[in-house]
Amino acid sequence: MTEKKLLMGNEAIALGAIEAGVQVVTGYPGTPSTEALETVARYADRCGIYAEWSSNEKVALETAVGAAYSGAKALVTMKQVGLNVASDPLMSLTYIGVKGALVLLVADDPGPHSSQTEQDTRAFGHFANIPVLDPATPQEAYELTKLAFELSHEFEVPVILRTTTRVSHSCGDVEVAAPGPAAVEASCEGFTKDRRWTIFPRLTAERHPWLENVQVQLSERFSGLPYNSVSGSGKIGIIASGVSALYVKEAVKGFEELFTIFRIGTVHPFPEKAALSFLKGIEKLIVVEELDPYLEEQALQLIGKAHLPVDIYGKKNGFFPVSGEYNVDVVIDCINKVLSDLGENSRLSHASPAIFRGELPPLPVRAPTLCAGCMHRTVFYAFKQAAKQLKKDTQVETIFSGDIGCYTLGNAYPLNMVDTCLCMGAGVSIAGGLFRTNPEVKQVAFIGDSTFFHSGIPAVINAVYNGADITLAVLDNRTTAMTGHQPHPGIGVTALGNHSKAIDIASVVRSCGVEFVKTVETGSLEGCVEVAKEAMEFKGPSAVVFKGKCVGITKSGTRFEIDSESCTGCGFCVKQLGCPAIFLPAGEDRPLIQDSCSGCGLCAQVCPSGAIRESWVKK
Amino acid sequence: MKYDILIAGVGGQGVVLASRMLALAAMKAGFCVSTAETIGMSQREGSVSSHIRIGDEISGSLIPAGQADLLIGLEPAETVRNLPFLKKGGKIIVNSHSIPPASKPPGSPEYDPAALLSFLKAHAPGLLCLDFTQLAEDAGTYRAANVAMLGAAAGTGMLPFSKEIILAVLKTEIPEKHRAVNRTAFEGAVEKIKLISGHLNGEQKVNSNV
Repeated sequence: MTEKKLLMGNEAIALGAIEAGVQVVTGYPGTPSTEALETVARYADRCGIYAEWSSNEKVALETAVGAAYSGAKALVTMKQVGLNVASDPLMSLTYIGVKGALVLLVADDPGPHSSQTEQDTRAFGHFANIPVLDPATPQEAYELTKLAFELSHEFEVPVILRTTTRVSHSCGDVEVAAPGPAAVEASCEGFTKDRRWTIFPRLTAERHPWLENVQVQLSERFSGLPYNSVSGSGKIGIIASGVSALYVKEAVKGFEELFTIFRIGTVHPFPEKAALSFLKGIEKLIVVEELDPYLEEQALQLIGKAHLPVDIYGKKNGFFPVSGEYNVDVVIDCINKVLSDLGENSRLSHASPAIFRGELPPLPVRAPTLCAGCMHRTVFYAFKQAAKQLKKDTQVETIFSGDIGCYTLGNAYPLNMVDTCLCMGAGVSIAGGLFRTNPEVKQVAFIGDSTFFHSGIPAVINAVYNGADITLAVLDNRTTAMTGHQPHPGIGVTALGNHSKAIDIASVVRSCGVEFVKTVETGSLEGCVEVAKEAMEFKGPSAVVFKGKCVGITKSGTRFEIDSESCTGCGFCVKQLGCPAIFLPAGEDRPLIQDSCSGCGLCAQVCPSGAIRESWVKK
Repeated sequence: MKYDILIAGVGGQGVVLASRMLALAAMKAGFCVSTAETIGMSQREGSVSSHIRIGDEISGSLIPAGQADLLIGLEPAETVRNLPFLKKGGKIIVNSHSIPPASKPPGSPEYDPAALLSFLKAHAPGLLCLDFTQLAEDAGTYRAANVAMLGAAAGTGMLPFSKEIILAVLKTEIPEKHRAVNRTAFEGAVEKIKLISGHLNGEQKVNSNV
């Protein structure tokens, strides 16, 4: 008996995995992939599934590999940049293969909305010889997840389920097989010793032909699957995958007779046979896809191989944008460009808006910012003060390296405290490199607690080993905040809510050989400035662990207000802190504190006239 | 039948919850639905929006420009920002309570909510503008402004389903300890708009039989 449920794409994937009999689920949080593992964890107890937030994506994949070697069905979840971290084991794993099943959910982020790259996991699949499925809706995500497990088990290869933000974070009505997830019945035979599990140059040489042959077999299989379908019989062909296929469907509404649309759900290995029969019926081909010209390259290759007289219109000849997120309007504009080039009279039309974008009045810039009361603001402000004093006392400048997390927002005006940011854990190592080339400048590296465990530790060890004179500032708010507050190794709680040993960051740093290690609470700005300055003046690697609370998961009992009698209207609090709770009403000179105040008291500590006071206890 | 709703606001205002409630209500009413939400970095006080597409068939989750039938704006500037998504003659419900940006980087435009509200009124005749934050605060918490706005939308017949359906969703979606205050905010908005001139009724009704 099937049932319709409103599911987010990531939830649909979790339910699909449970239905497929997944036994072990690992991952590292990353937008837009996070909710998949969270959903599995919610049902883990009922269904008998093991789930964990691992310390990083490489560890997550390797853990899942161990489970799959033993015959279990495993799922690993991550965002696209997480795949870069996991790519080392994955590239080798393709030669070894798996028993049981191993599916990787990798969420791409065209735009990007919440990522540092616009990379395309379909291209990664091509590079690594890993099959890639590319759903367009939560319903397809649910179905393709189950297919991914079947394929992985049958062909003994890892399979990537690749989504984009508009699939993972879209909600839709999904027809699921059962009203609620049932206990997983699959059993796991356990690990059997065999030389196939130990990679070695000779084994790789033996396995490589097998791996290439699997690609051929999969391409054959994919050509017969209903997820790759042709509709229409117009003279202009369109090929699309993922959400782009839905944009196409909506864009060509009313002009369907002009086009034949080939929609691909299993993108790699390219379903050549199905594509060939589609291409044979057309002379002009439009390729609609976000990110890399993956389908375009596959089509070009196939057309060349089969000597077909088909002209292609895509990214490579400038008809479609090479970057950014697509939508129906982008697709309409681009297809119209092609129609015009082809000398066609028809044009797809846009809807008439209430107003065009160009007619809007100037609007306030509303950049994302640290929450009201965020401990990171106190730490950034403290280092700003400490660096000012250092410069005054010794003429030494400071470079601040940032990292990935909420605290990347320390780059925003007016804090301006992030001079570099690259990828998870990079801040500490970059600071080391900056020290080699800017020895007269003080190097400070900020890193969050979860990021520290993810990939910060090797960089700390490197700084100590090679003697990089850097100051490490760990922003320990006791959660993985940016992705929605997942636990991490420093908390003492696992993804399943079980207690575990909480790993103390200061002890780790000390055991790496850092001689100056201090821990300070972020309640007192003065205390933070003092310790920051002391750490910056220390010769050799130094570290401070700043401990505070994430306002996203803690309740504050108080809030602050500005006494309009004593406020001089200097605006210092507004200009220095950028706290979203403090604002200056238009035309006024005295700021106000809004309801979102969570009572950190940083503003009261910086107010030159002592006009900000704790006011009342929150309801 | 096709009915596209866009909810716009600032991170933390409850755009995602409002969107989920509408989507669940649409499903209860027997429609297909898809939504696209802003999740992630922008939730930290940034501009957020949610696209809710209701109809007889599944489409991509993003509403094309000029196709939204209804724009629910939890904040004046965010409502104006998303106006290009509204179709000509589409309906607007806007919360007059403004949220100034956290910081004003040099060169960024001055925020004048009153001017933006007049702009909206000039470009969308018949828009429904109220201080829903105040209305929610009177009901018990300013945080329920999102649910109050759903009450206004349902009360004026701007949605392709009844207010009873949303109330049923409210029961299952909002945790018990917040339920009463949200219900009060919802009903408060329904009552409030009854007092506003009658022109909202009738002509703005959605014909759900389309």
